[in-house]
Amino acid sequence: MTATIETPPVATQAAKQCRRPSETRVPGQQRAVVVLLAPFAALCLGVFVVPAAYAIYLSVFSQLHSGLGFGNGRTVFVGLHNFVVVLTDPSFLRSIGVTLAYIVLFIPILVVGSLAFALLLDSGLARARQFAQTALFLPHAVPGIIAAIIWLYLYTPGISPVLALLYDLNIQVDLLGQTLLIPSMVNIALWGGLGYNTVIFYTALQAVPREVMEAAAVDGAGAVRTALRVKVPMVRASVVTVGMFTLVGTLQLFTEPMLLAQSTPLIGNRFTPNMYIFDAAFNRSNYGLASAASVLLLVLCCLLSYAVARYSSRGARA
Amino acid sequence: MTTTELGGRVRRGTRAGTIATNVVIAAGTLYALLPLLWLLLAATKNAEALFSSNLLDVANFDLAGNIEALLDEDDGLFLRWYANSILYAVIGAAVGALVSTAAGYVFDKYSFRGKKQLYALVLISVMIPGTVLALPMYLIASRLELANTMWAVFLTVLFNPFGVYLARIFATGYVPGEVLEAARVDGASELHIFFRIGLRMLGPGFVTVFLFQLTSIWNNFFLPLVMLSDEKLYPLSLGLYSWNSQATITPEYYPIVIVGSLLALIPLVVAFLMLQRYWRSGLTAGSVK
Repeated sequence: MTATIETPPVATQAAKQCRRPSETRVPGQQRAVVVLLAPFAALCLGVFVVPAAYAIYLSVFSQLHSGLGFGNGRTVFVGLHNFVVVLTDPSFLRSIGVTLAYIVLFIPILVVGSLAFALLLDSGLARARQFAQTALFLPHAVPGIIAAIIWLYLYTPGISPVLALLYDLNIQVDLLGQTLLIPSMVNIALWGGLGYNTVIFYTALQAVPREVMEAAAVDGAGAVRTALRVKVPMVRASVVTVGMFTLVGTLQLFTEPMLLAQSTPLIGNRFTPNMYIFDAAFNRSNYGLASAASVLLLVLCCLLSYAVARYSSRGARA
Repeated sequence: MTTTELGGRVRRGTRAGTIATNVVIAAGTLYALLPLLWLLLAATKNAEALFSSNLLDVANFDLAGNIEALLDEDDGLFLRWYANSILYAVIGAAVGALVSTAAGYVFDKYSFRGKKQLYALVLISVMIPGTVLALPMYLIASRLELANTMWAVFLTVLFNPFGVYLARIFATGYVPGEVLEAARVDGASELHIFFRIGLRMLGPGFVTVFLFQLTSIWNNFFLPLVMLSDEKLYPLSLGLYSWNSQATITPEYYPIVIVGSLLALIPLVVAFLMLQRYWRSGLTAGSVK
């Protein structure tokens, strides 16, 4: 545990290299740095570094429960055993499958949808652009659990005006049934995220130089052609960044399925990886297993954020 | 073909294109707004009218009755949750934004040993979902006897690496080095410079970080779920979740959850509508490089 907190020798070396004479050091700055940075550093240690290290530590131990209660079990070092158990557990693999199905549906619709709205808003043909942006963004201000409550009720027969309307048209759908469950969950996330990403893409599009568009127009490109062939490639970096951030976000899928689980038996206790962790820790008190699953997710997120960082810095240089 | 000048940009478009564009945007706007409108209308209906699904029937208007039922439930537990949410979110965001702003300012204005490594840690933790660390945090908290106390939630939400990232960008943009140099020449101490000059110039950045953090704390669900077992300490999100679990068994809870949800999202929607420009600046500073 301590090894992670102490600065490794390589890092110290790098820090020394950092201190070049060209960087100005203000006399008396040390006190300011310590005072102003201390609260954040303490939080970083307490809320991020120590829990992450503790999760890694816990993941290589198993608790043998001899009796009741919390902390009474005997703790045994098991190496990578918990990781093997998680990775071969069918319910964990199923939760990964659910997440993948969700991602495959959600990310393309979100990215294409918000890019389309941004391009339409940017096309110069749209009226009331400010209003449309505010309206589209507004669902993002709605807390996730409340968005889930609203949509759950819109999916519930007897309460939902949408289902009543469809019923009048002789269409009966079970929005929380086997086929539509994941699309129904995607819709909740889409509702919250569409406007947010539209604003991001719209801002990126506004930064595309006017001359480029004029040149395209002179060359005889129509609005659609300009949008797809000229504008989209120029905001490619922000499209990729948004896609990656969304991907990391979907790995955390928890709030919506937890709420929907109250109304459909199809969502079990281990429906998504995060629900699996929650179930392992708080229903089964298997901290080793929960920690191993957490560490796996943590590593995945780190890899993805590394990819984002690599890609964004390359985009910035270009 | 017509050439139109809109918003200073020269564009070509057909009438059909204009109509199609606006139809699609209008559809998107309706998709965004109708669920909120439904919540607003449903909150005014008594339980029977809710199930008869005749939403526009004004005869069943009973908003006051619903609010009364909401406030009466469990001896006014809802008001307690509301107060908890305000406490966690407003004080948490204010303290958290100050911590983040100070750190972002330090990262931008000073060079010191280990800065690169520490900032790399900030960037990594931006991407780490809090949910992954909730279990070890819970175990640590229970060892420190902080689990199931307000502190467990409050201290944890103060940590906002994204706020540090935003604050650093704002410090670069809003606080010119020359101003700091001038203050140094006048003999002001570094801390004095931050609290009297830097923080003041960072005002809009502080508001942006505050707003983002306020929203994320108000929306926080997982952490309180893990940390709290006493429902008197719940924030609104967790409280409404627990009442909704009753609604599937006892339908009388439906109107309560609906009107409760409406009241719980009003502060955020109002804040958003009033402070849009701060949202936008945070959003674009954070997402588009």
